[in-house]
Amino acid sequence: MSVIEAILILFMLVAAVATSLFRDLISAVVACAAVSLLASLLFYLLDAPDVAMAEAAIGAGLTTAMFVVAVRKTKRYEE
Amino acid sequence: MRKAVAFVLVLVVGAGFYAVLATIPFGADKTDVARRYVRNGVRETGAANIVTSVVVAYRGFDTLGEVTVLFIAAVAVGAVLFPAGGPAGEEKTEASLIVRTGSKVLFPFIILLGAYIFLHGHLTPGGGFQGGAVIASGFLLLYLAWPGRGAGRKVSSAVESLSGLAFVAVGILGIVYGVGFLGNFLPLGARNALLSAGVIPIIYVAIGLKVGAELAGVVGHLMERP
Repeated sequence: MSVIEAILILFMLVAAVATSLFRDLISAVVACAAVSLLASLLFYLLDAPDVAMAEAAIGAGLTTAMFVVAVRKTKRYEE
Repeated sequence: MRKAVAFVLVLVVGAGFYAVLATIPFGADKTDVARRYVRNGVRETGAANIVTSVVVAYRGFDTLGEVTVLFIAAVAVGAVLFPAGGPAGEEKTEASLIVRTGSKVLFPFIILLGAYIFLHGHLTPGGGFQGGAVIASGFLLLYLAWPGRGAGRKVSSAVESLSGLAFVAVGILGIVYGVGFLGNFLPLGARNALLSAGVIPIIYVAIGLKVGAELAGVVGHLMERP
């Protein structure tokens, strides 16, 4: 495992824990998108560009937009 | 107390996964079928991208199943979020000038990139699913810039149905030509050329249009729901 991969995995862990801890749901969605984006970078480094493209477009792009729309139409803060 | 129990449960499940996964050497190919695809994929299917040769040629039937699952999911979203009392009253405010102008400039290029990705699915990384997702993100930009307009709703459902039909029709043509369902009945052509790899580009264009229309429809339904 190279240094870059280790750093990516570390940031992914931080973002994943942040996702579960944020009370502000918009912040949680953004942290979740960061997990997806870092995962797609990791896929690219692991020689899987096909998966990286799908992860970047669907995980970081479309899913985030759907979550943001859902949060906007309900409540922004978790009790 | 509940959090402590949950934490212990997560640790137990994680230890179980680790015990299983640690026995598998990372990245080692243990199966003959993977070696066979890597060795013979380019020669047998004509697709320079081996991932595509597996997804569309060797495992074409599974891909048809995947497309069907996505279709059913999109239909379910449409059924659940069907606008009950007509169009939404409020929230018709348009986006700012910057978003509107930016989306006008960017939209054609995003669509072009998506079309490039699925047209070159047999040559470069990417394919129908990735290109379709990029196209859907272009439509997402339109929905953000002009909420409540339902951009391209009728066209997208027609494109979705026709491309799904095209996928199955190519498969049945394979039976007609006697090479089996979703078999290749066209010449393989020169390697690395755009028009090569038999039916793979046709199937990937159909998948790209279908996935793009479906995901754009899902996003549209979500955004237009009051």
